[in-house]
Amino acid sequence: MNDRPFDNRAWLLVLPVLAIVLFSALLPLMTVVNYSVQDSFGNNQFFWNGIGWYRELLDPSTDLGSRFFGALWRSLLFSAIILAIEVPLGIAVALCMPRDGWRLAATLVLMALPLLVPWNVVGTIWQVFARGDIGLFGHVVNALGIDYNYTAGILSAWFTIVIMDVWHWTSLVALLCYAGLRAIPDAFYQAARIDGASRLAVFRWIELPKLRRVLVIAVLLRFMDSFMIYTEPFVVTGGGPGNATTMLSIDLVKLALGQFDLGKAAAMSIVFNLIILAVCWVFYTVMTALDAEKQAEGPAKGAE
Amino acid sequence: MARITLDGIAHAYRPNPRSDADYALKPLHLTWERGLAYALLGPSGCGKTTLLNILSGLLRPSHGRLLFDGVDVTDWPTERRNIAQVFQFPVIYDTMTVRENLAFPLRNRGVAPAAAARRVTEIAELLGLSPMLDRRARGLTPDAKQKISLGRGLVRSDVAALLLDEPLTVIDPNLKWELRSRLKAAHRALDRLMVYVTHDQTEALTFADRVVVMQDGRMLQIGTPAELFERPEHVFVGHFIGSPGMNFLPAAVTGDRAVVAGFEIPLGAAYGPLPAGVPVQLGIRPDFTALGAGPGGLPVTLERVDDLGRLRLARVRLGPHPLVARLPDGVDPATAALYLDSRRLHVYADGKRVPPPGELRQEAAA
Repeated sequence: MNDRPFDNRAWLLVLPVLAIVLFSALLPLMTVVNYSVQDSFGNNQFFWNGIGWYRELLDPSTDLGSRFFGALWRSLLFSAIILAIEVPLGIAVALCMPRDGWRLAATLVLMALPLLVPWNVVGTIWQVFARGDIGLFGHVVNALGIDYNYTAGILSAWFTIVIMDVWHWTSLVALLCYAGLRAIPDAFYQAARIDGASRLAVFRWIELPKLRRVLVIAVLLRFMDSFMIYTEPFVVTGGGPGNATTMLSIDLVKLALGQFDLGKAAAMSIVFNLIILAVCWVFYTVMTALDAEKQAEGPAKGAE
Repeated sequence: MARITLDGIAHAYRPNPRSDADYALKPLHLTWERGLAYALLGPSGCGKTTLLNILSGLLRPSHGRLLFDGVDVTDWPTERRNIAQVFQFPVIYDTMTVRENLAFPLRNRGVAPAAAARRVTEIAELLGLSPMLDRRARGLTPDAKQKISLGRGLVRSDVAALLLDEPLTVIDPNLKWELRSRLKAAHRALDRLMVYVTHDQTEALTFADRVVVMQDGRMLQIGTPAELFERPEHVFVGHFIGSPGMNFLPAAVTGDRAVVAGFEIPLGAAYGPLPAGVPVQLGIRPDFTALGAGPGGLPVTLERVDDLGRLRLARVRLGPHPLVARLPDGVDPATAALYLDSRRLHVYADGKRVPPPGELRQEAAA
């Protein structure tokens, strides 16, 4: 049936990859798993703790649990706010972008600029920009009579990190949507004009449905990125005031490197990891479902 | 809406057209009447779709005026012109159901829901979409999708004109006939002006009351299918319409005689002096020629015989000039001579037909 040469020694060719993955991913992960079931009082002495850390972590009535859930909700809230602003704003910007000529080139360059700025630089820019004494933004806002101080006010701090993220990443969503919009054949717009559709109807029935796949990707990217955000709030607010802007990743680093609570931190990172895996799985399922839909109507699409 | 008038409509896609070649559509004067179906027929790139988009307002012509019932609508946007257009490839709103798709043009124009629903049911019935009315439009077959597009074009009963841009390209050949007859029925029921773009002569000739033959952005002839067949005004029309196309033989014409390759051929009428310095051709459809035995035929050499089943066609040479002739049953092609029906002979000078003196000036009947 199969007359191709068959040689089990070919498996040896996989060895280098296995070795690299083992060394760079599996062993560190196992170390974390190892830590998560032990306790240590330093001196490299470890004690078996079973699932104790996990029990504590997932029980909101304990110190560790309340801390973990507080950070988790803050991270989720942050992601939700970011998505609620960046996705509609990105679509709106994409709709307003010029369709060709030098204006398009200028717009693309301008929009790509924030994407090129490293995270900690964005943080530093806003740390200075938003200061009440020497920062232009903070000074103007204060001069308008609004009490704004991101080191002291919870609302101010949240406002700052949110606007910073919107400034940094909305253009990514906009560029993705723009690409999606450009892929819509002219015939759809012509048909809509013939059918007497309003601008709103064109958006609702043509543009939005055609953008769906692009939007799934945009939401995935922005969710992942904002859910594990670390650098910007760390630079600007340091997680404060209090721990009002301490996101999951910041808390994790505090726990692991600040307090050197290896067991607790390891358990927390395993749970963090599982949450991200679950979200990935949801997105993967949605994407493959969309792909299957596309496949099903593949031949029908033809020259559309 | 009774009439659409094209008053010197021309279009160039380049902003500053210099030569004739820059024009996708050369100046065109035409009047189209309500209740008739027109076909725009011509090879790809001849300006059919350009003309259609000018009618619907998707394109503003660079020259000329477009009149609906005497009102200048050249600058009116598509929405205001009240025109329906169906494109070559199906355009559907795939998040809507089939029913919502069909109702969309009505809903946008504020038609009362009850009236719209009634109309949608009618059109769905006509196009055979009734069984799938409540399905989502996504994932339907291309046939069904194009039916939806057609349905959206037909659903408004008050349109000034219905424009169809090769709407049956994506349809299965065996469904084409069915859909074309449904379209014809719809056209009769609506009594609207219908313009049908196609490059398929059978489609044009079976569908339309009047056929407009176009080439290179120029209108060559407008007429009923019979007129195009019997009296092509242009060599291209003769070639393009009919299968196989018309025979053309270089000739010298004096009075009621023509000389082709040294053979004298009597003509149906006496022609006056023809324009000098341009090629003169004799044109005749294969249908009006026959090979046969007997006296008075032109001697030809046989190249081959094509048996089309219902008829046989002989490819022969008259002197050096190839032509196609009918081969009746029982005739031996090897020894037969060529007979031409002199009443069906046309004389062409520089590609254009020369009307014999006394022929009624043929109007683009309409």
